[in-house]
Amino acid sequence: MSTAFEHPTYNYKVVRQFAIMTVVWGIIGMTVGVILASQLVWPQLNLGIPWTSFGRLRPLHTNAVIFAFGGSALFATSYYVVQRTCQTRLFSDKLAAFTFWGWQAVIISAVVSLPMGYTTTKEYAELEWPINILIAVVWISYAIVFLMTIKKRTTSHIYVANWFFAAFILTVAVLHIVNNAAIPVTPMYSTSIYAGAVDAMVQWWYGHNAVGFFLTAGFLGMMYYFVPKQAERPIYSYRLSVVHFWALIMIYMWAGPHHLHYTALPNWAQSLGMIMSIILLAPSWGGMINGMMTLSGAWHKLRTDPTLRFLVVALSFYGMSTFEGPMMAIKTVNALSHYTDWTIGHVHSGALGWVAMITIGSMYHLIPRVFGRTEMYSINLIAVHFWLATIGTVLYIASMWVNGILQGLMWRAINPDGTLMYTFVESVEASAPGYFVRLIGGLFWVTGMLIMAFNVYMTVKRRDAISHSAPQAA
Amino acid sequence: MDTGTFRGLITLILIIAFIGIALWAYSKRRKPDFDEAANLPFADDDELPTSDKHASRERDSEAHSRDDRGDKNI
Repeated sequence: MSTAFEHPTYNYKVVRQFAIMTVVWGIIGMTVGVILASQLVWPQLNLGIPWTSFGRLRPLHTNAVIFAFGGSALFATSYYVVQRTCQTRLFSDKLAAFTFWGWQAVIISAVVSLPMGYTTTKEYAELEWPINILIAVVWISYAIVFLMTIKKRTTSHIYVANWFFAAFILTVAVLHIVNNAAIPVTPMYSTSIYAGAVDAMVQWWYGHNAVGFFLTAGFLGMMYYFVPKQAERPIYSYRLSVVHFWALIMIYMWAGPHHLHYTALPNWAQSLGMIMSIILLAPSWGGMINGMMTLSGAWHKLRTDPTLRFLVVALSFYGMSTFEGPMMAIKTVNALSHYTDWTIGHVHSGALGWVAMITIGSMYHLIPRVFGRTEMYSINLIAVHFWLATIGTVLYIASMWVNGILQGLMWRAINPDGTLMYTFVESVEASAPGYFVRLIGGLFWVTGMLIMAFNVYMTVKRRDAISHSAPQAA
Repeated sequence: MDTGTFRGLITLILIIAFIGIALWAYSKRRKPDFDEAANLPFADDDELPTSDKHASRERDSEAHSRDDRGDKNI
């Protein structure tokens, strides 16, 4: 099926593979999320067996949505964008194929090892050392393919999207290798080479930059290509994009300590993290404004083009969550929000609203093109998906705001004699309605992804029929 | 030089570098190059003729050399 439409210059095969897996892992990762949301409403759904308990499924959910869904989307779009803006084929088809199969092997290892209980206990870096070595090998291959493709470009400029993709690839390589430096004890157990507060700081230097480079810089690369393409006009300000790039990568590195407010981390490091997090608002909004303003003069397209709607609403959520983040990094706000569901809501306004929506918009642009079609099978189904995703995200983050502030206020309430006014379990009980609304939001999302899968299936299937009747001229 | 002074100098150098980048990006001299770069996403369109209004123009561009494609979309 993959030979029916081959581009004369570009390697679209690996793009197609990653694009399809983006949809597949999106459905799986979000379904695990819905199971977890259900377990928080009905705890008996953990079935009383270790493999399906919340503590083991939760890292499976985060790894599946970030690294399987988001990762596949980043591979697909970066390979697509770098070829088209450099007007050259990928550096090596074999190495590109290795990154595909290698990355899927990493994900399968996660799907097996996490429910079995193997974990380094580092959030977003739970996978044990043999898998980490495979990740490093795949990632370095990815860097070679991507950077060498830029090197052999036939255009004189390196388009800004490729700068963001390259920064994302290089930084994630450094973050992954430094944070997972460990001494192997048994084949599936290792201890970190860092100790105590240093270990915590390294972990959140990694953790926050995983957000900053994996979930932001990479997806900004997508934004800088797919928003102009879908709006059919160049980016609002190329100058702003250059300043945006350097400002973002210079500042993101220092924001990690805000994950460790009021812990054993030295106080000056906490304050530094808070200040750098607040400064981060500027480059974040610079990028958001640059994307939004690209639509000036083309806003009417939103009425008829649900794909563009996905991309623009993603930018809105990006602007919103990058405003919320710096606010939550302020220590006095953090004293209320930390360890509550507000954090979960903030993460998902970024993860669903920004990352997933920009991905889905990009996929609806990319999939028909790499499968030799002009557009998706059904534009109406894209519109349905758009509303399901938007309503689902709003239900999710609104319920978590309510829950988070409720929990924060209950936990800090004290009686005149200094004792706590509420027990912890009372705050859990009070959170139940919010958990139920969140579950509904999650169901909206999974339903939308299933509709996307159907739409993609029909698009791919129709391609076969068309390519047989009317072979494509180059 | 003690560590504090060293870190202060690094911060200063980074600030100067950043201001330099901003001035460079916004200088008039960069405008034509950046315009060309900003149009790279549209420089190689090979979509089917019915897909959008650019199509016919882009098919023509196939004949040209690849060196000067940056400004095809202007």
